[in-house]
Amino acid sequence: MAFPHKHLIDIREYSADDIMLLLETAQRFKQINERRIKKVPTLKGFTVVNMFNEPSTRTRSSFEIAEKRLSCDVLNFGGSSTSTVKGESLTDTVETLCSYKIDMIVVRDKHAGVPRKIADTVDAHVIDAGDGKHQHPTQALLDLYSIWQQFGHFEGLRVGIVGDISHSRVCGSLIPALKTLGAHVTIIAPPTLVPLNPEVLGIDEVSSKLDEVLPSLDVVYMLRIQRERLEGAPFPSLREYHMLFGLTKERDALMKPEAIICHPGPINRGVELDSFMADNPARSVILDQVYAGVLVRMAALYLLLGGNEQ
Amino acid sequence: MSLLIKNVLAIDGQVGLHEVCDIRIEDGLIAEIGKDLPEDGSEVRDLTGCVATPGFVDIHVHLREPGYEYKEDIESGTRAAAHGGMVAVCSMPNTNPVTDTASTIEFVLRRAREAGHCRVLPSGACTQGLKGEILAEMGDMALHGAVAFTDDGRGVQDAAMMRRVMEYASQFDRPVMAHCQDDALVGSGQINEGPVSTLLGLTGWPAQGEEIQIARDIELCRLTGCHYHVQHVTTARGIDLIRQAKADGLPVTCEVTPHHLFLDETCIDDSYNTYLKVNPPLRSADDAKALLEAVIDGTVDALVTDHAPHADFEKDREFEEAPFGMTGIETALSLYITKLVDPGIITWERLVELLAANPREILNQPKVKLAVGYPADITVTDPKIEWTVTPDEFESKAYNSGFLGWELKGRARDVYVDGKATLKDGVVCD
Repeated sequence: MAFPHKHLIDIREYSADDIMLLLETAQRFKQINERRIKKVPTLKGFTVVNMFNEPSTRTRSSFEIAEKRLSCDVLNFGGSSTSTVKGESLTDTVETLCSYKIDMIVVRDKHAGVPRKIADTVDAHVIDAGDGKHQHPTQALLDLYSIWQQFGHFEGLRVGIVGDISHSRVCGSLIPALKTLGAHVTIIAPPTLVPLNPEVLGIDEVSSKLDEVLPSLDVVYMLRIQRERLEGAPFPSLREYHMLFGLTKERDALMKPEAIICHPGPINRGVELDSFMADNPARSVILDQVYAGVLVRMAALYLLLGGNEQ
Repeated sequence: MSLLIKNVLAIDGQVGLHEVCDIRIEDGLIAEIGKDLPEDGSEVRDLTGCVATPGFVDIHVHLREPGYEYKEDIESGTRAAAHGGMVAVCSMPNTNPVTDTASTIEFVLRRAREAGHCRVLPSGACTQGLKGEILAEMGDMALHGAVAFTDDGRGVQDAAMMRRVMEYASQFDRPVMAHCQDDALVGSGQINEGPVSTLLGLTGWPAQGEEIQIARDIELCRLTGCHYHVQHVTTARGIDLIRQAKADGLPVTCEVTPHHLFLDETCIDDSYNTYLKVNPPLRSADDAKALLEAVIDGTVDALVTDHAPHADFEKDREFEEAPFGMTGIETALSLYITKLVDPGIITWERLVELLAANPREILNQPKVKLAVGYPADITVTDPKIEWTVTPDEFESKAYNSGFLGWELKGRARDVYVDGKATLKDGVVCD
């Protein structure tokens, strides 16, 4: 049975079965990554372009490792050398790339909607590696994988997402996917970090009281707080944010014994997460998430490029 | 040389006219109106089945000249206006250089005389360079033909500056027309703040960013007595504020556009169609409904297009990088007929108020009526013709319309300005 998708752009187009197939495929790729020689010829001859139009370290390296372990030919494109810096339009750039007869574009862009625009312009497969404040579907998949590895299911799991919801592309993908899989989702943030009409994302509850919600959660998903800009910031100080919404050592006692902590990275220690919590082996799956990033990206490449004939 | 237009349904509520008759035009004026007028040596044009009205006026149009001739120029923009059934347009001052001096007003008027296909009534900026800092020479501009003042596209941010603009403008008997946008609230807003902005990850442009300035300016109108005209109102609350101001007897008027009436934020989906990126943004379906009610109940004074042409390569960009604005002057009349007149939501008489009588009154222009002795500025509409909106239907240089693919009914057939045809059988006269 062929995988029913050409692109991975909008996670809302994926059914529960599609998502579970991706996660199961990722799990199968785990053993490759545990061999001494971590490379298989599965996607040999496919050319993938990593078009990263804004800075990214972990997503970009994770994709590149996934591509190389499946033997794709990889072209990295972007950074300060992007054609858009020289005034070329996005359409012209991707049409140029596709003239090389490439098979897939993995795109990261600061503008929402760019992956869809590329998919509408050229024939290549497209994976959204994060577009503006819109979506980041492979991040959602690696989060789901890590949660699934811990609990073995999603139905009825209570997930709390804490932090900057309004600027989070992670939420744009993770919340709808969690809902598709039957989890219960609460967002916990100061009202200044919650977008208007958050219900359209599918969430069940909104709260600004972390301590009240924490005891009910199976998964505590901490979002990164932008510490760069505090002028006109949506909260008065990092200190107060940490006081009200930071996952501190004291809050450990409020959590269920089996509850886990996720974070998309990079972590701001002492802001949203204390080191005690980030490094707590009984709770933190943060490094598992990073590893899962390679696995789910291998799965996405494999399924989208039609690798399942083999 | 006289022209006899035969067998048109002539409609003009200003003179209580609504009947099939003939209209004779002589020396640029309406010489005779009646049934079965004799030819008497006139050139005869039989327009059976068509509707003749006082010529339509669009008081919110970006002609882009000087400075942005690659988007549109006075020749192409007025050509598009004639094609859309307009006898006159009010041009906006956000040109390059900004139309903020008598010499730029003169330039626009000269280009309109040389190359225009309709009357051009230029508006001038309220503040120099649209910067909101120093008053523009409104007096000199008024003397040279500016019909109104506006910082359209920006809005005057500072309340004290807006008070000064309105106080100063009030001596020239010209309206101050306002694009209402509180920059501090709106920031880099892309589309209406609400479910769609949340879903698409686009920065929201809240309704309050518009309403707060409308409320502010209505109070400044109370203070200064200046005729205040709200441009492109988009929200239910904004309309309510204007309705109340009118009830208070303030000299407040307003306009709405076809895209805010007939489209809403839910038209914007994950295809991120940049043609739907307009400023102010498409609002909620409830807002659009409130605008429609205001068109019906008389709160809305004028229908305008905010015709905002852009080059294809400017709109073929990432949504957040694309410029705001859509074209409209060639689809507006057809949309009004298809969506308002044909379904019986408003009458032709009301359409004449919204497109002919009120716009002229807002700009203090001489009245145009279907009556003997008035200038023969006439729009003749074929209300039955059906057509599909496609880029090659446009005379404008641009085709960034949010209505591409729509099937519309009704279209301008002939347009006369001072008795001279600018459009004949749907073709612009050169």
